[in-house]
Amino acid sequence: MVANQPEKEHPVPAFGLAARDPSGVLSPFNFSRRATGEKDVKFKVMYCGICHSDLHMVKNEWGTSTYPLVPGHEIVGEVTEVGSQVEKFKVGDRVGVGCMVGSCRSCDNCSNGVENYCPKMILTYAGTYHDGTITYGGYSDVMVCDEHFVVRVPDALPLDAAAPLLCAGITLYSPLRYYGLDKPGIHVGVVGLGGLGHVGVKFAKAMGAKVTVISTSPAKKQEAIERHGADSFLVSRDQEQMQAAMGTLDGIIDTVSAVHPIMPLIGLLKTHGKLVLVGAPEKPLELPVFPLLMGRKIVGGSCIGGMKETQEMLDFAAKHNITADIEVISADYVNTAMERLEKGDVKYRFVIDVAKTLQQG
Amino acid sequence: MAKKSPDEVHPVKAFGWAASDPSGHLSPFSFSRRATGEEDVRFKVLYCGICHSDLHCIKNEWGFSTYPLLPGHEIAGEVTEVGSKVTKVKPGDKVGVGCLVGACHSCENCTADLENHCPQVIQTYNSIDVDGTMTYGGYSDHMVARERYIVRFPENMPLDAGAPLLCAGITVYSPMKYYGLSEPGMHIAVVGLGGLGHVAVKFAKAFGARVTVVSTSPKKEEEALKRLGADSFLVSTNMDQLKKEQFTLDGIIDTVSAVHPLLPLLGLLKANGKLILVGAPEKPLELPAFSVIMGRKTVAGSNIGGMKETQEMIDFAAKHNITADIEIIKADYLNTAMERLAKGDVRYRFVIDIANSVADIYRETTQRK
Repeated sequence: MVANQPEKEHPVPAFGLAARDPSGVLSPFNFSRRATGEKDVKFKVMYCGICHSDLHMVKNEWGTSTYPLVPGHEIVGEVTEVGSQVEKFKVGDRVGVGCMVGSCRSCDNCSNGVENYCPKMILTYAGTYHDGTITYGGYSDVMVCDEHFVVRVPDALPLDAAAPLLCAGITLYSPLRYYGLDKPGIHVGVVGLGGLGHVGVKFAKAMGAKVTVISTSPAKKQEAIERHGADSFLVSRDQEQMQAAMGTLDGIIDTVSAVHPIMPLIGLLKTHGKLVLVGAPEKPLELPVFPLLMGRKIVGGSCIGGMKETQEMLDFAAKHNITADIEVISADYVNTAMERLEKGDVKYRFVIDVAKTLQQG
Repeated sequence: MAKKSPDEVHPVKAFGWAASDPSGHLSPFSFSRRATGEEDVRFKVLYCGICHSDLHCIKNEWGFSTYPLLPGHEIAGEVTEVGSKVTKVKPGDKVGVGCLVGACHSCENCTADLENHCPQVIQTYNSIDVDGTMTYGGYSDHMVARERYIVRFPENMPLDAGAPLLCAGITVYSPMKYYGLSEPGMHIAVVGLGGLGHVAVKFAKAFGARVTVVSTSPKKEEEALKRLGADSFLVSTNMDQLKKEQFTLDGIIDTVSAVHPLLPLLGLLKANGKLILVGAPEKPLELPAFSVIMGRKTVAGSNIGGMKETQEMIDFAAKHNITADIEIIKADYLNTAMERLAKGDVRYRFVIDIANSVADIYRETTQRK
């Protein structure tokens, strides 16, 4: 059921930035949020991170977009109202919402704390909520969300630099844990040094790993090592370097969202090594089978994480002083930011200062 | 120094059937084997299974064949002589050799009983042995192998139907254990109902799994359900059928050695499900990243198993009465068997009756004199 009148669909007026068509250009958008239900948490949005998925979605690159589309799933703010059955939060709390706002809450996946793998999982934006309305994301002034899908942002983390952890952070944290790449002394590769990659390096180091960044850009080497703490750097197009590093990595987290050859990455893995894909190219990758068989290696995927793990990730980040490296922008800069993001021209996440700059008129 | 001919390299004469070029045509071949060393076991070959890898190798389909190439790595027979340090077996014992005959024995993998992953692993045929000579496989009258690579056949296991387990059996048993797909009550699919696939169904049932066979041939359904005991059957090109079964499987053992689409198979897996590739297509497969990212699924590979696990697999098979379904042939039928194998026309493994084939040759040779 598509809303014909987004402004009147719900009782609470809201204001945000929406794309109207696959050009992806964002413009002011008046819409509405539901009244705060018994289990809902309402919060004033302070900041929202710009994830590369937002760019894919505003341009309908995955073919699943509906317009108008309000992106944003790295949302942080301050609670303004809680429903009568809410137990975990109160007014004034610092909270966040990531990529999901609902799920079936009864399947095996939901019962096991991996709501992200529920076949009926509801995305924070461009999804269809239980009441049939389209979900709108965090490039907006206010959010209303079921308590189950809200996380607490620890006091030790600044809100703006913590926002990107809600997607980028959990996207890297979850597979490091699940695929057993979180043991001290393990040698992990991170492919791609962007929004996902730079956070991945920080988490892997905090877990005790030796980290090698693998990138197409030699120019990123200094940053990788001096700023993010990586132990070494490989230029993926340099055959000699890649050859010399063959069979050295226990695991690789591949954050690259364009089609790229994975055979050289599989070659970097030790026997029993794991290549984990978290970037999502739209076209299939070429999977050479022999190298998987000969080394009993795996290629796996991972998609964000469940709510319990997302909270655990934030608490871990607070303990180890991990935040994203961000460039805070005003709401009126968002289209330029999208253009720069497309070229990879950001160190390493744009974050919209929603509270101060997203205003009507 | 002139290069020695194959029957002069070692002191003990041997006889078998080898390919001399990528046509893959197999013909009688005289060669030689080493004398029985301290740690060696020498045995008369009674049976040897024909593995699809043998076909790939004789035709150089993987690009690393050296000729003359004498295949065969599902070898069963009776011990004739043991070296002075051998304790595992004695003359008269029934034994087998699979895909491996050597490794470094000191690396991490060897120490963990994973000789198959040793960087210096020596394969039963088409490999260079520690003395620099070519290894020749089981399509031959006798074998010599180091004790570590000898598998004991339990009393109740027939040698002919047990031989294929030495490759096909371990190839499917190992990943089911390693990837956690051997717990009772799991729902496992086996893709491809050939030499590997039919054995996989038997092992999976013995582990207590619910087994679905996925095949391109609707004709195999009756066999799969009635003869092999599978619980259900899906035709892999029937998209409607596959869609109905989405998110139902814990794991899939994919035995198909041709290029084929992975997307419909990945769709059958539950979240955290595993697609295990044991067949070896020569060209890459297409991997849609979304289909592993959504649902945290994995595509994994596996390649035979170590010697300890191979013995464990044979013992397990004997306990559960698992053997391969075979068609016994004599060596004069070899080339025809290979043609039929290329078309998948066998239920489900050819096994060469080596002893009688050798006897035939001997009889012919003595008659000619």
